[in-house]
Amino acid sequence: MGGRVRGANALAAVGNFGAVAALSGFCAFPFFWMLITTFKQTRDLLDPDHNPFVYHEPATLENLRVLFGETLFTEWVTNTLLVGVMVVVITLILALPAGYSLARLSGGAGEHLAIGIFLTYLVPPTILFIPLSRIVGLLGLQDSLWSLVLVYPSFTVPFCTWLLMGFFKAIPKDLEEAAMVDGLSRLGAFVRVILPMSVAGILTVVIFSFTLVMQEFVYALTFITSAKNFTISIGVPAFLVRGDVYFWGSLMGACFIASVPIAILYNLFVDRFISGFTVGAVKG
Amino acid sequence: MSVRIADSERWLGRLFLAPAVAYIFALVGLPFLLAVAYSFTNASISSSHTTFVGLANFRGLVADPAFRRALANTFLFAIVSQALVIVLSSVLAVGLNRDFPGKWFVRLLVLLPWVAPVSLGSIGWLWIFDSIYSVINWTLRALGIFGQGVWPIWLGQPILAMAAIICVQVWRTMPLATVILLGGLSSIPDDIHDAAEIDGASFFRHLFQITLPLVLPIVLVAVLFGLVFACTDMIVVYVLTRGGPYDSTHVLSSLAFFKGVEGGDLAGGAAATLFLLPVLAAAAILMLRLARRTEVT
Repeated sequence: MGGRVRGANALAAVGNFGAVAALSGFCAFPFFWMLITTFKQTRDLLDPDHNPFVYHEPATLENLRVLFGETLFTEWVTNTLLVGVMVVVITLILALPAGYSLARLSGGAGEHLAIGIFLTYLVPPTILFIPLSRIVGLLGLQDSLWSLVLVYPSFTVPFCTWLLMGFFKAIPKDLEEAAMVDGLSRLGAFVRVILPMSVAGILTVVIFSFTLVMQEFVYALTFITSAKNFTISIGVPAFLVRGDVYFWGSLMGACFIASVPIAILYNLFVDRFISGFTVGAVKG
Repeated sequence: MSVRIADSERWLGRLFLAPAVAYIFALVGLPFLLAVAYSFTNASISSSHTTFVGLANFRGLVADPAFRRALANTFLFAIVSQALVIVLSSVLAVGLNRDFPGKWFVRLLVLLPWVAPVSLGSIGWLWIFDSIYSVINWTLRALGIFGQGVWPIWLGQPILAMAAIICVQVWRTMPLATVILLGGLSSIPDDIHDAAEIDGASFFRHLFQITLPLVLPIVLVAVLFGLVFACTDMIVVYVLTRGGPYDSTHVLSSLAFFKGVEGGDLAGGAAATLFLLPVLAAAAILMLRLARRTEVT
């Protein structure tokens, strides 16, 4: 009996290993493929008889030179960084006090309001982009990065407020009460005691807002029309349809450069992010 | 005086909350109401004169075969992709829940599709599914699985294209479900696992009778998020096929984009997206139930 269980468990361990290897391979393969393609010569890429896993010609930096020298890629990166920084600042200004208010100052009504704010995260850009395109037009922000700065906080603020609320709730109340006994006001306690303790939470919000901005596609595609104002997420696909020639090497280089560094950063913070999703479902 | 205001907790609470609530109302609430209003008019980009047309937009959509196809595709796309995601991410999360050397690296690989901008990941797949240079076709031929005449054009035939779109959607949402499940798995206290171990429960019994029931609420959270994202997403379709071949792979949101933004028919586009409302409302209600139920315990 014991032997049978041990045998089944050993089998399960092997199965587990195989499954993890296969599935993480599935996740990573496109990025591996981008990397291989980036350094291949076009002649090598576009020969159907060549084994695509092998370099038949020496590796080349030509594709990256084209990407940085002959396209607007660096502008798109700058635009994305610019919008990202502005959106992060706006998100922090709005979500920090709101999260604190929901955690400490709003009592029972706050609980409902908090869930209400979280649910707006479920209202998708798909429903909003048509009316928003009209609003952006009325404000004269068409084809301007400011339209994105204005609209993106509408999806970063609800989620970050919810995340920060969880962080603030986890800080013991005694700390502020002690500070207030010592003569600080509630506002003073928030600024001088709570905020410095929440650096990890604030960093998490910064990373996630920034990744959400990098990911965003529909609003940027709707509001922005000229190539010099594109963000990475719409610029690279647009570069793809220019003319009949697909610059696969440069394209894949752009995709790899824009994807992997941010993923490494994100990996460091992912546990906190998950607690934001499951805060309702796992109350220990 | 200013000290008194700062001390008055109720007012400070409202003051702290007001800007965020106002912002969300102005940029989510208001446009949402505007979308509903548009759907009952003939608003378009070209004309400034709009009139009330009642349910004409909705009637027009229901009669349009392209729209019915998109509606059916949306459900097919969302349900099939999320069913696959739940199965695969459960397997992956259980596998990643034990410690092994290099785990952080494996987790990074698993996270990549979720963190990378979706439009760029989809371009990666566009190259993988290329009609002439598809690495999938090359490999399967090299392995002898595809014979001489077999060379499927993945994005050029309706059924294959839909399968490719679902594959990419599974690829990009599996990481989120996996990490949500991992969070749930690691929240199970160790003594429960130890007790099962001592009682000699086999791996599968342990999995199906102890682990899975305990993480069920979290699985539901993952499913709900996945369904909402899948129902409302257009990026994968836009990049891979643009709705083609012959408008066979449109989903509601991509159709709405081509109608409302490229076609200028604001009213028709808005009406099309509102067909998503029942799905979103159902997801919201389930979320609330879930939140309430766990609050009680």
